[in-house]
Amino acid sequence: MSKTIFEHSSPSRKGVTLPKREIDTLLPTLIPETMLRTKKARLPEVSELDVMRHYISLSHKNHFIEKGLYPLGSCTMKYNPKLNETLVRHSSFTTLHPFQPEETMQGSLELMYELQNDLAEISGMKGVTLQPSAGAQGEFTGIKIIAAYHKAKGNNHKDTIIIPDSAHGTNPASCSLVGYKTVELASNKEGRCDIAKLRELVNENTAGIMITNPSTLGLFETQIEEIAEIIHSVDALMYMDGANLNALLGIVQPGKIGFDLMHFNLHKTFATPHGGGGPGSGPVAVNEKLLPFLPVPIVTKDECGYHLSYENEATSIGKVHSFYGNFAVLIRAYIYIKMLGAEGLRRVSENAILNANYLMKILGDYYHIEHQENCMHEFVMDGTRQKKEYGITTLDIAKRLLDKGFHSPTIYFPLIIPEAMMVEPTETECLESLDAFAKAMIEIAEECKENPELVKEAPLTTPVKRVDDVRAVKVLEPIFPLPN
Amino acid sequence: MPYISNTDNDRRKILKVIGANEFEDLISAIPAKLRMCNPLAISEPLSELEINRNIQTKADKNKPCIKVNSFLGGGVYDHFIPAAVDAIVSRPEFFTAYTPYQAEVSQGTLQYIFEYQTMICELTGMEIANAGMYDAASSIAEAILMAVRKNHLTKAILPATLHPNYVKVIKAYTEGIGIELLTVPEKEGVTDLSALEAMMDETIGSVVLQTPNFYGNLEDAKAIDTIVHKNSKCLLIASVDPVSLAVLIPPSEYNADIAVGEGQALGNNMYMGGPLFGFFATKLDMARLMPGRIVGGTIDKAGEKAYVLTLQAREQHIRRAKATSNICSNESLCTLAAVVYLCLLGKEGLIEVATQSVQKAHYAASELCKIPSLALAYPKATFFKEFVIRTPKKAADIINALLPENIYAGIDLAPYGKPNELMIAITEKKSKTEIDSFVQAMKEVVK
Repeated sequence: MSKTIFEHSSPSRKGVTLPKREIDTLLPTLIPETMLRTKKARLPEVSELDVMRHYISLSHKNHFIEKGLYPLGSCTMKYNPKLNETLVRHSSFTTLHPFQPEETMQGSLELMYELQNDLAEISGMKGVTLQPSAGAQGEFTGIKIIAAYHKAKGNNHKDTIIIPDSAHGTNPASCSLVGYKTVELASNKEGRCDIAKLRELVNENTAGIMITNPSTLGLFETQIEEIAEIIHSVDALMYMDGANLNALLGIVQPGKIGFDLMHFNLHKTFATPHGGGGPGSGPVAVNEKLLPFLPVPIVTKDECGYHLSYENEATSIGKVHSFYGNFAVLIRAYIYIKMLGAEGLRRVSENAILNANYLMKILGDYYHIEHQENCMHEFVMDGTRQKKEYGITTLDIAKRLLDKGFHSPTIYFPLIIPEAMMVEPTETECLESLDAFAKAMIEIAEECKENPELVKEAPLTTPVKRVDDVRAVKVLEPIFPLPN
Repeated sequence: MPYISNTDNDRRKILKVIGANEFEDLISAIPAKLRMCNPLAISEPLSELEINRNIQTKADKNKPCIKVNSFLGGGVYDHFIPAAVDAIVSRPEFFTAYTPYQAEVSQGTLQYIFEYQTMICELTGMEIANAGMYDAASSIAEAILMAVRKNHLTKAILPATLHPNYVKVIKAYTEGIGIELLTVPEKEGVTDLSALEAMMDETIGSVVLQTPNFYGNLEDAKAIDTIVHKNSKCLLIASVDPVSLAVLIPPSEYNADIAVGEGQALGNNMYMGGPLFGFFATKLDMARLMPGRIVGGTIDKAGEKAYVLTLQAREQHIRRAKATSNICSNESLCTLAAVVYLCLLGKEGLIEVATQSVQKAHYAASELCKIPSLALAYPKATFFKEFVIRTPKKAADIINALLPENIYAGIDLAPYGKPNELMIAITEKKSKTEIDSFVQAMKEVVK
């Protein structure tokens, strides 16, 4: 195992040289000594080459998109275009300050304005905020908007949001953060919202429903109009979690099928990189009646140019980001949308759906699939057969897949499918790549039969063997113990 | 189509394997009337050459700080970034990876987060840090929520010297869930200590302090500690500039319970204010109350050192509605930039960055104050790398007058209730020549 960067440290070694001091007043004459640090922070002392070697060597221990398929369901790990990385590094973007006068950032505001419009069109909604930093913050923003809507209408009794049992954990967590109670809506045997149970749950206290469409089972919510009618009958709102929007581009506009608002994950659908866990971006689109509640500012346009508008500040939910959101992520999503255009976006969803169905068809012979119908952009298979027959868990299968050069699917989610493996290949994978993945999964299915111990021992070829996460909780070790 | 691999032939093959005649068969579950009849109203697809031109045109309509003499700060700072930072951050191994849920193929990401957590603890003096938050604003908000989890006291005090944008975010995060925000007034550019003392009682759950505060002034953190911790249950939340911690006492020395702050200054570009990242650190006994991801050291099956996401039972994907936070994606790549930056600068380098910033800021302030009509707005306070000047006319007029001279003079404080005040930030990047020419231009404009 490689050392930490702290163990490469050697006194007075330096990675960068700063200009000589032009003004050299003694610090204690400028700042009272009681406020000055007496013990220097023990940051590493390393050369630039030390730094490069260390982090390049760490980088070799990661799986990443260019290395191999990343079939994480509901994460949409598609290829991230390299052109975006070049253009985003333009000094007219990197050195732009958020407090600059509006007239000195017209190019950026124009880009944001166009992106707001394109996202509004894709979603079939009326207005968009680009401010949320991630999908979960988009959810929070959306649920705040729901709360602001009800407050403005005097719907003070409304205290509950309904969430299907296949939902991401962020959904109930975001509702709690806004102060809503959540109730779980069971799925029916077709993997859709159970309408009869929905009718039982909906009452005057219902503030809204959060639906991931297609659901995390990879299934389109076929009765969405009926659901909307039930929800709207008590003046509650329809929120769409856009995590799975990659299935709907140019096929369905959520705003036209009953949803009142939704969030996007630009780092999923619009090909901005995940960055090992961010920065992402989670814009929110709303219909007409929710426009007054959008966070401030929104980018607007008039004959003088583009503006950061605070016009709706009195009714707005306020701000969710220190400034205007993750602008560098917005640039990438903008480029992606402009390069694909309407036709390309539809082709994205078509091919995402084709690829998922292809894998489902092939793997259905080897792994149990609960919902036997065509899927959208992802599907859920499971390891119940392997568990029952050979005592091999989905975790074992996932780890064995790492040995074969693939990332694992999303596992043990959705919670309603035991031993779940949620597979989303995305449209950027070619047929040969899908075949290679299928071959690896089939080999593992054989290994479960022929050599179960091998699968239970996996992974064997990764930079480390199976990691003991139980010990990490018992013996908490959150930092490196620095020598004095 | 760019980025889509399947050819028409591939599509045919795929459809054949699936046993479908055409693509539409696959989406038969979507009722026909819900499907779009017309294509999206989005502009025609652009080629790589055309999008290059489109972006260049937009870039040309910006006048970024690199083209001017800028004195803007207010939470986002133009510190020097060594080239090696981007050399690491732009590695696809890091930037196209997902959240490190599968530890065996994510040791690269997990180990840099572990090193990041260590460096944040070293700078703040705290015992445990998480893998990062969205920005300082949401970090403070989540710290207040964490304090409520700890002591169940629902009143929090914010200083009037806190960044006004942060206040808006904190309000959005705390209203409607029974948390009451109180504001302790400002006195001569810092928190009014006697007012704070008068506001404190056993119902206050947390007190926030920002130092340097929005105006660039250093708060008397030790005095605030004494006042706040008279109530043993009350938590002190310190929002700090990580660069300043190279030379200023760490939050642990004034008994902060939670230390947070804006991390952008550590090796990250300004990008019009996003992405930013918040750091979040606290004491070990509150580890299980923290929001966000945490990486811990452990071993693998062969007994070798390894890293893994830990204490996940706090998080939304396990605890759902009862999670400590809803955060899932954070700003991981920005924390990688911070780690690489801190390594390159190292123990002495960060001190040099902080020292030169302070020296140059104080030089600029004293030169500006030689202009008869200008004076420090808060002469009794100690400032760090940012300060406020009282101006003889509207600050906005000064800013506008200097625009044609390619100077961004600073931030107009009129929107924050302080007309005729201009806030000026200086980092180590400013040369003496740039400062002198700014002072000269100011002399002309306030005449």
